[in-house]
Amino acid sequence: MPGTMRDALKDAAISALIAFGLFGAMVGLPTVTGPGGKLSLDPQPLTVAIIVAVVFVGRLGMLLWQGRPKAPPKPISAAPSRFQFARIAGVVLLAVAATLPIYGGRYMIDNGVLVMTYVMLGWGLNIVVGLAGLLDLGYVAFYAVGAYSYALLSQDFGWGFWTCLPLAGILAAFWGILLGFPVLRLRGDYLAIVTLAFGEIIRIVLLNWTSLTGGPNGISGIPRPTLFGLKFTNTDDPGTFAGFFGLEPSLTHRAAFLYYVIFALALLTNWVSTRLRRLPLGRAWEALREDEIACRALGINVTVTKLTAFAIGAAFGGFAGAFFATRQAFVSPESFTFIESAIVLAVVVLGGLGSQLGVALAALVMIGGGEVFRDFNEYRMLIFGVALVVVMVVRPRGLVSGRTPSVTLGKGVHIGADMMSQGHG
Amino acid sequence: MSALLELQGVTAFYGAIQALKGIDLTVNEGEIVTLIGANGAGKSTLMMTICGTPRARDGRIVYDGVDIHAMPTHEIMRRRIAQSPEGRRIFARMSVYENLLMGAYGREPAEATETMAQVFTMFPRLQERRDQRGGTLSGGEQQMLAIGRALMSRPRLLLLDEPSLGLAPLVSKAIFAAIKELNRTTGLTVLLVEQNAIQALKLAHRGYVLVNGAITMQGSGAELLARPEIRAAYLEGGH
Ligand SMILES: Nc1ncnc2c1ncn2[C@@H]1O[C@H](COP(=O)(O)OP(=O)(O)OP(=O)(O)O)[C@@H](O)[C@H]1O
Ligand SMILES: [Mg+2]
Repeated sequence: MPGTMRDALKDAAISALIAFGLFGAMVGLPTVTGPGGKLSLDPQPLTVAIIVAVVFVGRLGMLLWQGRPKAPPKPISAAPSRFQFARIAGVVLLAVAATLPIYGGRYMIDNGVLVMTYVMLGWGLNIVVGLAGLLDLGYVAFYAVGAYSYALLSQDFGWGFWTCLPLAGILAAFWGILLGFPVLRLRGDYLAIVTLAFGEIIRIVLLNWTSLTGGPNGISGIPRPTLFGLKFTNTDDPGTFAGFFGLEPSLTHRAAFLYYVIFALALLTNWVSTRLRRLPLGRAWEALREDEIACRALGINVTVTKLTAFAIGAAFGGFAGAFFATRQAFVSPESFTFIESAIVLAVVVLGGLGSQLGVALAALVMIGGGEVFRDFNEYRMLIFGVALVVVMVVRPRGLVSGRTPSVTLGKGVHIGADMMSQGHG
Repeated sequence: MSALLELQGVTAFYGAIQALKGIDLTVNEGEIVTLIGANGAGKSTLMMTICGTPRARDGRIVYDGVDIHAMPTHEIMRRRIAQSPEGRRIFARMSVYENLLMGAYGREPAEATETMAQVFTMFPRLQERRDQRGGTLSGGEQQMLAIGRALMSRPRLLLLDEPSLGLAPLVSKAIFAAIKELNRTTGLTVLLVEQNAIQALKLAHRGYVLVNGAITMQGSGAELLARPEIRAAYLEGGH
């Protein structure tokens, strides 16, 4: 394919040129403050050369990879044999996650909490974006509603975490419906823009409604969760976890407890969404994603179907938000910027829209991996971006693509009613 | 014969454009009625208006003795009207089986099971391809799936918009045969839109001709087939 090679070279050269234009001045000519406060230029030709070379080689490699001879398409069945692999991988991941506080130290547990939070958010957003196909760029709004719900309820009424958790979910769901109404008729890009704005509006309201939310200072002193009334503190008083069980007081207990709380919440999210997928409602979400007009023609109530997707997705965002508030013991609008929505959406898209396992893997790679790279502080976002591009080139439909049908018939011809309603098979 | 569906002076608009200009049309219980007309005449609009999207602006749509023209779409469809819309519109990433289940949305699972067995008897090809993704079916198979999906709700009235679109003559013949068979054995009432006017008029008990959003002619299938102006406008030229 000489023609392909030439085109690829040309394209790579153009990319390199653009890189030169972009970085030539920005990176290549930094100003330094010389003696006497005089500004002078400090040319960095080598750095620029490296960047340009990397872009050239990277772009060339990407084009050649995409242009490689393709294997003939395999017959596509809705139930691929990869299903088996996914099942095994899922069980292994679950076992590793469930035992993490046993073998992991404090640092690993804290990271585990972070990753789990994004797994949960990913699964929650997956209901809206992956299943119902509604592109929501403002998911962080529901996370914020959940966090502030708990923060305010505990501050103003002295309610505990376990009382506020369901309330946070309900309030977030309510906001989900509120967002859902105006965007019922929007699709795709338009929907994305409105949800994006919605996320920003919530944040700006939190920032400016100082009398209620404390504005930019946020709310601090949010109570920690308890285990049936047992507190996790540094002492072994009778009312504490360590005191009750006669253990050496340690803050690792609290970290492990928080880890299991978010682990359970994430599992709940997963269980509810896989369960819903097998019910007519979940199937209607997927049908809606495929073709709205056909849904109407089949007598599906499109309004209700969309609103439930928004509400249920938002509720899980709210749960995660309440957890976030209790973990940090502090909330402020700064934690709920657009970048959070973008990261959660990236987790969902990278994972392969609609795939539960893929979302978990993507959160592990992106959030866990990001923590590993924390030492390369400045380059973290760069590595993150490169990783996103690589995954999207190599696996354009996400890490775990291919959808397993929510119902299959197995081998038999028997189509039992029990199977239809519960989706075994 | 009693009228199952009766349209009286129905109009419909897309923004300022009037797509239907006072349609009067009757479909009796157990009949196959066909609607023919040039591209853009408003046939698909008429079919969708019966289902409430777009909504009729004036006139009445009486189905089974009840005026349904102001009802929400999902309530209309709950009254055992089913539509196989233009362009098939099957759910591409869902399996054949799941597509069929969507047709039985809101019905009892036991009823759906039974109906699916009937659909599979009518279109054995669908049973063979049960777990295949809808989007990877051939055009003809997709059409069978679209019709099968519409039948899953056990309709009294079936609205079919261009079921032979893009199909080889042999396949479209098979589809027409299946429609006829359904009508004969179960008494299903069918309103059929077709470009293939000869086949449609041969199959149908009665037909209507739609021109620019208005009905210009009606009569029995044989009557319309014999009219010289129909032959000139719709039948010669490749069919
Ligand atoms: N969503 C829409 N918005 C605006 N105009 C529309 C819309 N749908 C259809 N129209 C217009 O309404 C008229 C009737 O369209 P319709 O689809 O009902 O025609 P048809 O008879 O089904 O044609 P065909 O045989 O090509 O399917 C056309 O002029 C079309 O351009
Ligand atoms: Mg049409």
